Amino acid sequence: MSFVAIFIMLVGTFFFATGVVGLLRFPDFYARMHATGKGDTLGAVLVLTGLAVYNLLGGFSSGNILVSLKLMFIAVFWFVATPTAIHALLRAAFDAGIMPWTKDGKPVIEWPPRKGRTK
Amino acid sequence: MGILILLSLYRGVFGPTVFDRIMGVGFVGSKTLVILVLMGFIYERIDMFVDIALAYSILLFASTLVVAKYFQTRGAT
Repeated sequence: MSFVAIFIMLVGTFFFATGVVGLLRFPDFYARMHATGKGDTLGAVLVLTGLAVYNLLGGFSSGNILVSLKLMFIAVFWFVATPTAIHALLRAAFDAGIMPWTKDGKPVIEWPPRKGRTK
Repeated sequence: MGILILLSLYRGVFGPTVFDRIMGVGFVGSKTLVILVLMGFIYERIDMFVDIALAYSILLFASTLVVAKYFQTRGAT
């Protein structure tokens, strides 16, 4: 039964590794954010879920169940909170005037964008 | 996992913009969270470490939001 937990944790580590590769190799901030946000979120959620399953292998006492519930709560909170934080950071970068990368260096839309949006 | 932390710390230190640094620090923090829970299993004090990890995750989320809002009004340097 413990191979299920170890398999989930290994998949989570794989997602972490792909997130780091994207963080190091992509050309601009928005693409790095794209890779990191998904790899980070899913990696942490999968590793925490695997640890919760691994913790339940020691028996179904009330303490073990409480710890696993807390681990699952961290995972669910992380699954909601990380995309929110990433989105806020991305919005802040766009408003601060960081241009997205293009192949020929020319912006695709009118740059800087008009300041008509409400913040 | 430690190797991954060092690699993303590279982006946190040498990132071209300030937002790259914030993102690198956030990424280091998320892996620190996982390592914290793993340390709880290694030391067999998981009931204590899981509370620390819970508080740490909430703190990380709030700090990222606050820093993003601050640099949104201030502008990137």
